[in-house]
Amino acid sequence: MELSMVLKEFWKELKKAPGTAWVGLAIIVFYVFLAVFAPFLTPYGESEVVGYEFEPWGENFALGTDNLGRDMATRLIYGARNTIGIAFITTALTFMMGSITGFMAATLGGWFDQALSRVVDILMAIPSLIFALLILTITGTSIPALIIVIAVLDSTRVFRLARAVSMNVVVMDYVEVAKLRGEGLWWIMNREVLPNATAPLVAEFGLRFCFVFLFISALSFLGLGIQPPTADWGSMVRDNATLITFGDITPLLPAGAIAMLTVGVNFVVDWFLQLTSGLRDEH
Amino acid sequence: MSTENGSGETSTQTSYGKGGGEKGEVLLEMRGLKIEGMADDVWHEIVHGVDVTLHRGEVLGLIGESGAGKSTIGIASMGYAKPGCRISDGTIMFDGMDLRKTPEHQLRKLRGARIAYVAQSAAASFNPAHKLIDQYCEMPVQHGVKPRSEAEQEAKDIYARLRLPDPDNIGFRYPHQVSGGQLQRAMTAMAMSCRPDLIVFDEPTTALDVTTQIEVLAAIKDIVEQFNTAAIYITHDLAVVAQMADKIMVLKLGDMIEEGFARQMIEEPKEEYTKALVAVRTFRKDEDIPKEESPILKVENVTASYGGGVMVLKNVSMEIHKQKTVAVVGESGSGKSTLARAITGLLPPLEGTVTYHGEVWPNALKQRNKDQLRRLQMIYQLPDTALNPRQRIRDILGRPVEFYVGKKGKEKTQRVRELLDMIELDPDQFINRYPGELSGGQKQRICIARALAAEPELIICDEPTSALDQLVAEEILKLLDRLQKELHLSYMFITHDLATVRAIADEIIVMLLGEIVEQGAKDDVLNPPHHKYTDLLLSSVPEMDPDWLDNLLAERAARKAKGEAIMESMDN
Repeated sequence: MELSMVLKEFWKELKKAPGTAWVGLAIIVFYVFLAVFAPFLTPYGESEVVGYEFEPWGENFALGTDNLGRDMATRLIYGARNTIGIAFITTALTFMMGSITGFMAATLGGWFDQALSRVVDILMAIPSLIFALLILTITGTSIPALIIVIAVLDSTRVFRLARAVSMNVVVMDYVEVAKLRGEGLWWIMNREVLPNATAPLVAEFGLRFCFVFLFISALSFLGLGIQPPTADWGSMVRDNATLITFGDITPLLPAGAIAMLTVGVNFVVDWFLQLTSGLRDEH
Repeated sequence: MSTENGSGETSTQTSYGKGGGEKGEVLLEMRGLKIEGMADDVWHEIVHGVDVTLHRGEVLGLIGESGAGKSTIGIASMGYAKPGCRISDGTIMFDGMDLRKTPEHQLRKLRGARIAYVAQSAAASFNPAHKLIDQYCEMPVQHGVKPRSEAEQEAKDIYARLRLPDPDNIGFRYPHQVSGGQLQRAMTAMAMSCRPDLIVFDEPTTALDVTTQIEVLAAIKDIVEQFNTAAIYITHDLAVVAQMADKIMVLKLGDMIEEGFARQMIEEPKEEYTKALVAVRTFRKDEDIPKEESPILKVENVTASYGGGVMVLKNVSMEIHKQKTVAVVGESGSGKSTLARAITGLLPPLEGTVTYHGEVWPNALKQRNKDQLRRLQMIYQLPDTALNPRQRIRDILGRPVEFYVGKKGKEKTQRVRELLDMIELDPDQFINRYPGELSGGQKQRICIARALAAEPELIICDEPTSALDQLVAEEILKLLDRLQKELHLSYMFITHDLATVRAIADEIIVMLLGEIVEQGAKDDVLNPPHHKYTDLLLSSVPEMDPDWLDNLLAERAARKAKGEAIMESMDN
């Protein structure tokens, strides 16, 4: 009942959505489809060496093979699974940490807010790519380490946003009513503040997802991201970059995959932003 | 008519200069005015064909509740519609020009020069970065009516006529450096700067305290008469408009209900709706539940401040007895809301104690237990911000039921339905709604129900009716009164509106600058002899008598001449 109503609302909004949002959604659905059904869509295994190095596009290998003789098309599809999966988990973690601390800082205020905000200022003062490289050389490049390091660095930005948005909410009388009732911090954050701060956070989620995605790809390209033989788009660009000099566009395919997803997500985010700011006009 | 008027006329000879200008000639005529507003991507008609005729030198009062279309019609007289609105039909003739057919660049020259507008919130309408006099001079200079130096001289003259303190220098202050009432008068002065034929006043005193309101009303009335300017005066307060207007037009939901001369409308209204508006504020609670010996709540010598600086409450003591209503009255800044915050523990008092049924409560909210919190509930001024827009009524009312009384599941829903019945809202219809789907009065009812859900003994009402239309406000007062009888509740009722106090109070506390200046039973406080501040407050409440303002000002002037000590509004 509840869910069907939400879906109906969503469908109503979707029908009014601009064409770009539809394109964006189609791209995302397509990627998710590839990621979920990767084993069924690919002719070979993810890290299986099936031919000679750098074979051209042809019957056996639709997009040729890479520098070790693995099927390019297969790795491209598996790359969707790995890169998007890790980026999604990282972004989710980023938002959990960022918004909880942000809401707490706004609700509690005082020294807690001061201390947390200054720590965030310090973290943000250091360029995050360099900072991440530094920490990853210390911790090693396992996937959990990668996720946590990026999540912590990126959550500083979410913290700032969550704090700013909830600052406007915690001054409302209904939050005071909850305090007067004797509600605890968790209730106030979860029931009073969060529902009124979701719209901008959701929009930010889409943007952050793109940045995390690019960040992972950049780290992989530099050799500190997702490690071989796991397929991911960033390292695929690096590994096959030499082909460019021979006039072969194959290395541009993983790069194109990254670009297309980024564009798609941004289309959807733009639509969300428009929706939320439109809602604000009504009040 | 004064000489200034003459010089004003010669200097406004622009290409859009005044026509003849005889008093009594038709200045503005709107016929069959229809205005549409956009909602949910569809145009809805919000004004359904209203006729307005305004003569030179005449003041027309537009009165109605929110949503009546009074502001929309007022602004339409400038040929303007707010964003999201459009004028869909009818004619607007201003001094022989059809404003609907006049191109935008000509309308721009007209506005400000010949038709001026005074907004409700002067504070929001002034540019905070420029001095008052610069903003005054902007319009005449821009329209090429007069040079800067002349405009500046004139500004000082008008400031003096509007009885602003230190008229020669006040213009050189920034908007935040003068008080709300002064700013509203400065805005009126600004509207006068080009000697317009017509000024539209859009609720200019609604946001002001009663004592300040008097000054502004008197100033506006004076200056409109001196310059023989026509005016449209928009308000929801019939008593105010009765002082200002020659003619009154009553509007309801975009339709004209009744139109006539002010005196006749007040004395013998024809339509039911007008009668209800005139009769508003006549509600009186019936008295006499014997006062119990020991009070429920006792506040002793409470002193409080924000951040340790200025003391906002100084040594305040009061008592509230069972099933009694204590009204706390004062202007903004008098510390009446702070007193409520000190009692609830939101702002722990620096000194003094809060005693409840003989038990001394901890000062800070955090140290009070659940049962103490339950017994004392609060209702806020703005129901819009007091209800979480993302929670359904079911959850808003269900939470305190669960939190304080421990009811869950079906029992909880049952109790929520009971509460909705109690506040006269149909449970089937309202239980699943969001606050955004309710009207202002309905929202305030939900706030009352939320307070009742805790089954309290004492409710602090912080101006619960001041943001509502008068008829709706009266319904809320009646509801509160009924609940008091049924549930034996006590109220602490904070308000700046003395009419409300007359309606519901048993005892009155008058506050000024954080101190109690007078307190006692209602009749003792309302009847002379008063403290001089109480006197100022009481005499400033507008009455449904068209001569009230003139009589009052005459009386005050006479007493002042006799050298009697009367208190001036703090605004000056």
